[in-house]
Amino acid sequence: MTTTAPPVDDPIPGLVGFTVVLRGAGLAITTDRVATFLGALDTLDVTSRMQTYWAGRLTLCSDPDDLPRYDRAFEDWFTPQPGGSTRVRDERPPPPPKLAALTPAGDPGDSDDDGQQPQVHARAGGAEILRNRDLAELTPAEREHLRRLLALLRPTPPTRPSRRRRPSPRGVAAPGRTLRAALHNGGEIRELRRRDRSRRPRKVVLLVDVSGSMEPYADALLRFAHVVVRRAPGAVEAFTLGTRLTRITRELRMRDAERALAAAARAIPDWSGGTRLGEVLRAFVDRWGQRGAARRAVVVVFSDGWERGETDLLGVQMSRLRRLAHTLVWVNPHAGKDGYAPVQGGIVAALPYLDDLLAGHSLATLEELLEVVRDA
Amino acid sequence: MVNDRPQATDSPAALTAALRATGYLADDGLATATFLALRMNRPLFCEGEPGTGKTALAQALAQVLGAELIRLQCHDGIDASQALYDWDFPRQLLHLRALEAAASAGGSPLDADAVEASLYDRRFLLARPILRALQTTPSVLLIDEIDRADDEFEAFLLEVLTEHAVTIPEIGEIRASTPPVVVLTSNRTREVHDALKRRCLYLWLDHPDLAREIEILHSRLPGLPERLAAQVAGAVRALRQADLLKPPGVAETIDWARALQLVGARHLDVDSAAATLGAVLKYREDADRVRKQLDTLLAS
Repeated sequence: MTTTAPPVDDPIPGLVGFTVVLRGAGLAITTDRVATFLGALDTLDVTSRMQTYWAGRLTLCSDPDDLPRYDRAFEDWFTPQPGGSTRVRDERPPPPPKLAALTPAGDPGDSDDDGQQPQVHARAGGAEILRNRDLAELTPAEREHLRRLLALLRPTPPTRPSRRRRPSPRGVAAPGRTLRAALHNGGEIRELRRRDRSRRPRKVVLLVDVSGSMEPYADALLRFAHVVVRRAPGAVEAFTLGTRLTRITRELRMRDAERALAAAARAIPDWSGGTRLGEVLRAFVDRWGQRGAARRAVVVVFSDGWERGETDLLGVQMSRLRRLAHTLVWVNPHAGKDGYAPVQGGIVAALPYLDDLLAGHSLATLEELLEVVRDA
Repeated sequence: MVNDRPQATDSPAALTAALRATGYLADDGLATATFLALRMNRPLFCEGEPGTGKTALAQALAQVLGAELIRLQCHDGIDASQALYDWDFPRQLLHLRALEAAASAGGSPLDADAVEASLYDRRFLLARPILRALQTTPSVLLIDEIDRADDEFEAFLLEVLTEHAVTIPEIGEIRASTPPVVVLTSNRTREVHDALKRRCLYLWLDHPDLAREIEILHSRLPGLPERLAAQVAGAVRALRQADLLKPPGVAETIDWARALQLVGARHLDVDSAAATLGAVLKYREDADRVRKQLDTLLAS
């Protein structure tokens, strides 16, 4: 070791190192935020643990979800380690789970259903047939093809009337534009300019069940969610439902589908676990829906309605959602199959509150869903 | 404003004391955040549950600084003419008519450029809250519930928050001589754009702990009996853990205590609680549930 001992009195490398760790933990740390952090510590006391903590929390976090991650990283970084002053730590973020692991490579289809649904074994007309194939039964090659087809979807977002007014031939008088037009005519008002309410994208909320029974569809549905989020990033929120609620809107806003899905996979802690639909929906309505995310929104639940917990709770939450949302749609991949009847406990509880129960097991049915959402 | 007295903005501790004098009890994080906002001239972005004192912070801060509080309540479809500035069109039209009348009486034609210059004069400019805050020194600008505005509106704010200036095409730039202290609040009904958050200090406000909440009750309602304050704060604490549709915030705690004071209750019992429950619970489902188990709730 030829390196000389670093001067103890320069805290900057340590502080910048801390921000690197935070970035690894998933916080959106930009260079200007680091500069603000250092600036904040300049006005405060670097030697005070409390003040360092708050300087970082105030300048480096931007979301309540960031706070636990920040607390953990702060504890790790600034708590003296027993046994010496040198610390070697792995600052790399953990490797992301591969999404491919989520899509069974070989022999799909057997895992989920007992093969009672009609199988389409046609060789001709690739894309058209693929559009109607069950997403759970695709071969890896078809899956790849489907990904490309999904990426080509261009959904039209639903709209609502806005309070903001735009120039229009109809509507109320627009004094500013009238006056400006009059100035061109030497102050003579020849026509009354008008403005009218414009239309804005309506909010859309996608709630995707990622429990074990929905596993064959999860990958395709999340890709679908990515397409919808990318189309109107400000107006769409996406969550996954499992044993807990996970918000994946931020992850799905990334442009590249593969990176977005990898990030979403990293964010979801409860892949292919059980479902407690009622409880998780309550978490959604409490934390997001009632505050505004679901208000006058188009809410789409992707789930097969298998409910482990009490279905009463699910019914109560669906009725709350019904009162908040503009349109409430349930998409059940099994609903498109022959002989399907909505008898699962969850679906029965939810049915009275739904505007629509749709199938979502194939690309064609997902396109139908987009039409329903657009016209909502 | 330079004097030898110790200033409220000297340190987080001094600021805590000054805020306390106005009846606002700040914890370490809040005091540090406010201190940094003042020192670094950064807007303070407060997010948290409704009723955790986001708006009250701006009011207390204005009082501490002896500044005018200018409030901009955001709503859906709010635009620049409601938030920044607008032209006084009726007066402009009258002015135009007057010019025309004078010109026809004098027989000389109107000069279009001169007319335009006189029409877009500062006296026809209506200052809306943000422009008013830039022109008022000292001032605290409270941009309340920014999450209710749409994202186009956030873009208007970027220039104001970083440059402390507003550009009006007809006049030019209007810059604040002393930048106003800016407090933004959000109930998080929608995610505010990162470009805006990056320019701010981010403060997440939680419900206060029991001791602090009792203290807040005493500072807000000076005549409140000790026992009643402790009981109300304890009951609200239990309510927050009772899995309600809308857990009560600090504002509801204060309302409830005031309601109990007004009906003459000396302590909190099942009868007085049931009679005043509307001050703390705002959903019928919540009220029904809590009313059934009031005795166990109050016993805890």
